[in-house]
Amino acid sequence: MSAIIEVTGLTKNFKEAKAVNDLSFSVHEGDVYGFLGQNGAGKSTTIRMLLTLIQPTSGYIKMLGMDLQTHRNEILRQVGAIIERPDLYKYLSAYENISVFSKMSGFKIPKKRLMEQLEMVELADRADDKVKTFSQGMKQRLGIAIALVHNPSLIILDEPTNGLDPQGIADIRNLMIDLSKNHKKTIMVSSHLLSEIEIIANRMLIIDKGKKIIEGSVQDLFDPSKMIVEFQTMNPGKTMETIMSTNWSKSFRRQETDRFIFEMNKSSIPELNNEFVKQGVQVLQIQQRYSLEEYFLSLTTAQPHVATSEN
Amino acid sequence: MWQLLKIELFKIFRRPRTFISFGAIAAIILIIQLGLKFDGKSYVELMMGDISDSFEIPYNLVLNGYFIAFVILNAILIHVPLLVALVAGDSIAGEANMGTLRLVMTKPVSRTEFMLVKYFASVIYTILLLLWMALLALLVSIFFFGTNDVIIARNDVMEQIQKADILWRYICAFAFASVALSTVAALAFLLSVFAENSIGPIVATMSIVIVLTILSELKIPMYDNTVKPYLFTSHMLGWKGFFYSKTGQDGSVISGSIENLPAILRSLGILFAYILVFVTSAIWIFRKKDILS
Repeated sequence: MSAIIEVTGLTKNFKEAKAVNDLSFSVHEGDVYGFLGQNGAGKSTTIRMLLTLIQPTSGYIKMLGMDLQTHRNEILRQVGAIIERPDLYKYLSAYENISVFSKMSGFKIPKKRLMEQLEMVELADRADDKVKTFSQGMKQRLGIAIALVHNPSLIILDEPTNGLDPQGIADIRNLMIDLSKNHKKTIMVSSHLLSEIEIIANRMLIIDKGKKIIEGSVQDLFDPSKMIVEFQTMNPGKTMETIMSTNWSKSFRRQETDRFIFEMNKSSIPELNNEFVKQGVQVLQIQQRYSLEEYFLSLTTAQPHVATSEN
Repeated sequence: MWQLLKIELFKIFRRPRTFISFGAIAAIILIIQLGLKFDGKSYVELMMGDISDSFEIPYNLVLNGYFIAFVILNAILIHVPLLVALVAGDSIAGEANMGTLRLVMTKPVSRTEFMLVKYFASVIYTILLLLWMALLALLVSIFFFGTNDVIIARNDVMEQIQKADILWRYICAFAFASVALSTVAALAFLLSVFAENSIGPIVATMSIVIVLTILSELKIPMYDNTVKPYLFTSHMLGWKGFFYSKTGQDGSVISGSIENLPAILRSLGILFAYILVFVTSAIWIFRKKDILS
């Protein structure tokens, strides 16, 4: 599969601070590429560099087979984007906004197609209403319609579910899945909702403090044999004592009050449970935490740590 | 570029605030016209000074549409920069403030093209504002007061410009004023690049214009040849030059003449140079700017 985005050694310094530090990654055709990182990790700065809003300090970006520096307009003609919240012209109607931005994309799109686009995001009946009367969710949906109106082959979405209610989040998620599966679009999406990425992405990149932590397929990176398991016990002091005096300390990751988090193989769960029972630890609940959030934490907090003091 | 310009003008004229300027100009012009309609005689007496004691002044002829348009231009043209700054100062900072700048800049539009379009749109707005002023000041005044020769008071001398010799002077004056106000628009446009809120560039533009205008008017000889000739504000009132004619040996105005055309052209040249510097700097800075809004 050919690379749609190829980033090599990308760095951005804001005065003394390194927002992005020697970042390299590639997004392939047809990917739904999850871009993960905590707040301030450098996701938005990276996406803004991909969209030419920010000049890199150093590094090289190739998109759709072309150098971004020299072929900016050709590339952007084939890109649809939302950066954080979609701020639109509030004094214009939904139809006027989509019309204005489609013209800016360099395309003459007929009214029928613009209305279809509004219909897709369920805003056709509000086409003539000014955007200032819209809720955040409606603005976000209109932003998506604007990003897609010129039928781009690459879609870049920076935190597209920010500020949306659960229904809005589900709508955006379903739209991304539909665009990927049925319209063969390549999508790069950043989000702080890691569970969203887990559901929609096939490949992902995790960054922290501007640096790449890991990149690869979601399936490979999230190894089910190393699942995150939570044990809730009645006596946290005794539990910790048991963990630290046995080999289970190697699998132990952290304590959250009366919950003890382990990274372990599925088959080891009964063994650990038996050990607790043998040592007189009363186990209330065993729960699997199967999410990228746990995975991310396991990567960025390599050393086991105790989050709260024992009772 | 044309398509982008159309979009920009569409955006400007869909904003209600754009029409505040047109409303303000209409209001002040109508107030002046009403005042002169009902108490024009007192105004002319004041303007003529002692002459009105020695001569019989035909007030109804002096108070004609051309004369009233001249009075209006004198009274309000100096204040129009504020109205121009309202739009030009908002051009980039307003988009940054709304957050639309980052969406626009992800479109296949070069930054230079975007900036040129923004500035041209501000200039078109300025010209339309002046045309509106011309329409109200000239055409409405002519409609209500008729036409006749214009008496221009200048350094205790009254010059009479024939009515057949006046219309071209207004056209030239409005064209000159367009360039002068486009200079203010260029300054506001430049300042707009640095801000993410339109209030800053608008206030900064007006502050600079006020300070420089005061400096241009200061009667301190030291500044006459060193500073004043280089300030754009010293040249902004150059439009008045089109109403100053050469006079014959008998003291009568020579029809179709301009007293000091080279001075007007020099002023135009300086204003154009300022526009070039302001707009080029704005483009250069914007091309290097990281859009973080």
